[in-house]
Amino acid sequence: MGRLSARILAATLLVAIVFVAAPGRAGPHGVLEQALVDLLSDSGDKAEEIAGKLADLADPNALPALEALCDERLRKGPDGTLYIEGQDRQTITYAVTGEKATPSADALGKVEMSNALRRAVLPVLAQLRLGSPDRQVRLAAAEELAKRGSNAVAPLLRNAHDHEKDAGVRKALALALAQLDLYSENRERRLQALGVLGELGGAEMESELVRLTSRGDDGRPLEADEQVRTAAAATLRAIEDRARVVGILRDVTHGISLASVLLFAALGLAVTFGLMGVINMAHGEMLMVGAYVTYSVEVFFDQRLPSFSHWYLAAAIPIAFAVTTLLGILLERLVIRHLYGRQLETLLATWGISLMLMQSVRLLYGAQNVAVSNPPWLSGGVELAHGWVLTYNRLAVVAFVVVVATAVWSVLRYTTLGIKVRAVAQNRAMAACLGVPTARLDAWVFGLGSGVAGLGGVALSQLGNVGPELGQTYIIDAFMVVVLGGVGKLAGTVSAAVGLGIINKLVEPFAGAVLGKIAILLLIIVFIQRRPEGLFASKGRVEA
Amino acid sequence: MRINLVALVVGALALSLGACEKSESKGPAASAAAAAPSALPVRVEKSGPIKVGILHSLSGTMAISETSLKDVALMAIEELNAAGGVLGRKLEPIVVDPASNWPLFAEKARDLIQNQKVAVTFGCWTSVSRKSVLPVFEELNGLLFYPVQYEGEESSFNVFYTGAAPNQQAIPAVEYLMSKEGGGAKRVVLLGTDYVYPRTTNKILRYFLHAKGITDDDILEKYTPFGHSDYQTIVADMKKFAQGKRTAVVSTINGDSNVPFYKELANQGIKAEDLPVVAFSVGEEELRGIDTKPLVGHLAAWNYFMSIDTPENKAFIAKWRQYVKANSLPGGDKRVTNDPMEATYIGIQMWAHAAEQAHSIDVDAVRQAIGQQKVRAPSGFDIQMDGANHHLHKPVFIGEVRADGQFKVVWKTPGPIRAQAWSPFIPESSKKVADWTFPWACGNCTEPKFAVVTKELANAR
Repeated sequence: MGRLSARILAATLLVAIVFVAAPGRAGPHGVLEQALVDLLSDSGDKAEEIAGKLADLADPNALPALEALCDERLRKGPDGTLYIEGQDRQTITYAVTGEKATPSADALGKVEMSNALRRAVLPVLAQLRLGSPDRQVRLAAAEELAKRGSNAVAPLLRNAHDHEKDAGVRKALALALAQLDLYSENRERRLQALGVLGELGGAEMESELVRLTSRGDDGRPLEADEQVRTAAAATLRAIEDRARVVGILRDVTHGISLASVLLFAALGLAVTFGLMGVINMAHGEMLMVGAYVTYSVEVFFDQRLPSFSHWYLAAAIPIAFAVTTLLGILLERLVIRHLYGRQLETLLATWGISLMLMQSVRLLYGAQNVAVSNPPWLSGGVELAHGWVLTYNRLAVVAFVVVVATAVWSVLRYTTLGIKVRAVAQNRAMAACLGVPTARLDAWVFGLGSGVAGLGGVALSQLGNVGPELGQTYIIDAFMVVVLGGVGKLAGTVSAAVGLGIINKLVEPFAGAVLGKIAILLLIIVFIQRRPEGLFASKGRVEA
Repeated sequence: MRINLVALVVGALALSLGACEKSESKGPAASAAAAAPSALPVRVEKSGPIKVGILHSLSGTMAISETSLKDVALMAIEELNAAGGVLGRKLEPIVVDPASNWPLFAEKARDLIQNQKVAVTFGCWTSVSRKSVLPVFEELNGLLFYPVQYEGEESSFNVFYTGAAPNQQAIPAVEYLMSKEGGGAKRVVLLGTDYVYPRTTNKILRYFLHAKGITDDDILEKYTPFGHSDYQTIVADMKKFAQGKRTAVVSTINGDSNVPFYKELANQGIKAEDLPVVAFSVGEEELRGIDTKPLVGHLAAWNYFMSIDTPENKAFIAKWRQYVKANSLPGGDKRVTNDPMEATYIGIQMWAHAAEQAHSIDVDAVRQAIGQQKVRAPSGFDIQMDGANHHLHKPVFIGEVRADGQFKVVWKTPGPIRAQAWSPFIPESSKKVADWTFPWACGNCTEPKFAVVTKELANAR
């Protein structure tokens, strides 16, 4: 008897302890908390199932909790309680109730995401966000569900589609729905889905469409319904036609982007080598110096002016131009002007200078590459059509090269300096006789060419590596473009860069990057054999 | 064209530099000539400090990766010396710079063994540099510890491989990507730099995928030249290929091409949860040059990560930080540890243990003593050297990139696994055996040789 009562007492106590220890679980949000805890402790097998449960809960606190999880703003207290750190990184709330909390910030641990968790949570999050008042959020949600929707979401999507007012979001919803409806039992729905896919779809459903239109091993069509088969064939054709056009447009835009890189590498050289005839092996290092100036400016902004750090590029452009121009003038005054007319010596001297510049950069910044990050406004891209993305950093470089090339051209075409430069390029002795200060002019022109190369360095730092060897990777491309375009002709340099860029990118999808490069070089060899003077022959009487 | 012009001028420079070098050592050309008539074995000295060769590129394209291996090797030697050296003798590191120039690797190796008379050499990164020094080490019966993951299909009597073979990195990584938690990939893009390591690894992986039921239609293989910087087309092709089936990308892109590759990946909006990219040559050191926020979730497979939370690793990192600070190495507190550094560190410790146990630094004695040696590695496991195939037993970790450039381990083997020097997936190598113990006594045979003293060794003697 006494034993039994002792047992009852113990059991009561145990229950009481459990309730005291886990107050959240007894409240109305207990299910949500349990689901979140399960989700975070799961290794990936059941994550999708648990995440699905979260969607069905209809708990208003589920959405902010999942958003916080995806943004890595979810925090865990030492006792396992989940908190949400606000967007401002200041306010902290209870994940389960949404009430304000004041735990000490040091005690909170981060809850880390993994791909498995993201794959499970993102469609659920999208599902919850379908009702968002923000158009962008709804659009992103529809696109996410198009990628990872499950049949369970179909009614929800249909409902959202019927109530959606915004045309863009409606399209995205229709597309997401069509991808699910294609597998539906209902024939009308399938036909409708095929219609939508034919109008809007990309390549994502191509393999399924191919299956619908092909025959099995026994010679019988894999799809029994003839109407569906015909519709699928038409849809497949429409999608393929669209993909072909998009493919060509994509290759051309990639080519233009490559052209902008080539042009930036070559533009400065077009001035120093093209107009002045200096075989400037240190040209690549001017690009490198420009890129390192960009890096230094970025570091300076990060440390001293963190609130403006997104705009470091605006400051880097003039500074890089000034630094490399000065360096160019210095180089011309101290070294190159003693070597005019001695091409081999110039080549060796400038090569030596390039080694010295590389080594100095190694001493100053280390042999490792440095990280120049794209500012947020240059990160990401815009998807014009399925599979055709224009990335902002490449767009910006194209725009920048157009501005710089136009500026260089205008200087040479419309200013007194430009007239004198062209006069010297055509006939140095005659220009000198007519009172053009050729020596001072040489310094200015070399400075201008180097400055333009410095600007190229700023641009290239946004696309590729910034390291001591940066110049070496571009110097040969630069010479290639200038020689192909015709020495001394800016228009030739521009056309050569654009031509090479586009041809390269049209060849690459078939031949691969390695063979593509070889094909381009062969093409250039044949071309130069036929037309040694390049695309645009210089009409001036360049001195021998 | 690039190479031509650069090579011309480099050649001219090398000529002029060669003159200065002769005073420093006997000069690579001179030592090669001296070696030709006498194939006598090189005996290491019996007293004074023990010379240890360090053969890593400190300039040129590979300096980026190899410099920290030189640094960590010096750290390990300093540590051993502080504890009294090996066999009561101090270790004296002989650092040479083969300058990312593959033939120069061979010349420097010959110089180390013949002229400097080093007891052991730690070095090489790229497979092509290892292939270049291999005949030298075999001819002169030297001892090389190679610390980097590689393509396998090799086992030399004179080399100990402390990096991963394909079954300790590439195969588990692809298996993970095909598993449910890894995303259940049904299609695979094999992307690499165009040279021996990616080509061989991808060949093994293709056979492996065939064995797993993935046909050639679902495999896309692409190569780019060294230093390639325009990944627009490749990333767009990957994206196109990924339509319709769950796809994963296996990247064996090497060197600094990874920066433009990952930038393009981020800007074209390729998310790790949709199209995960697993890399075999990208670690903490390589990510130092990249803004990792848009790359969160992409993967790497290694046998060690800096983020591994063990007391051994904490001690290793603390030691490294201390060493960087004390020697004010460039990079300062931004310097990280990575897998090949761990492998170098393990290799040096293992050699020291074996020399102590053999009570000799003689190559033949150390080689016999090193089998079954164990070292408590920073990864927390007791890592063992396989005396038969000369490879380490290593644990495999798969990590996802975090926003801070470190890795979050999402999968690991329960313990170290044995290396397969010859891949069982490639038909022509599946029957080959790497076993330097009796009765095999051979690195690439299909039948035992029953010879304890190999022809190579007999020649060397």
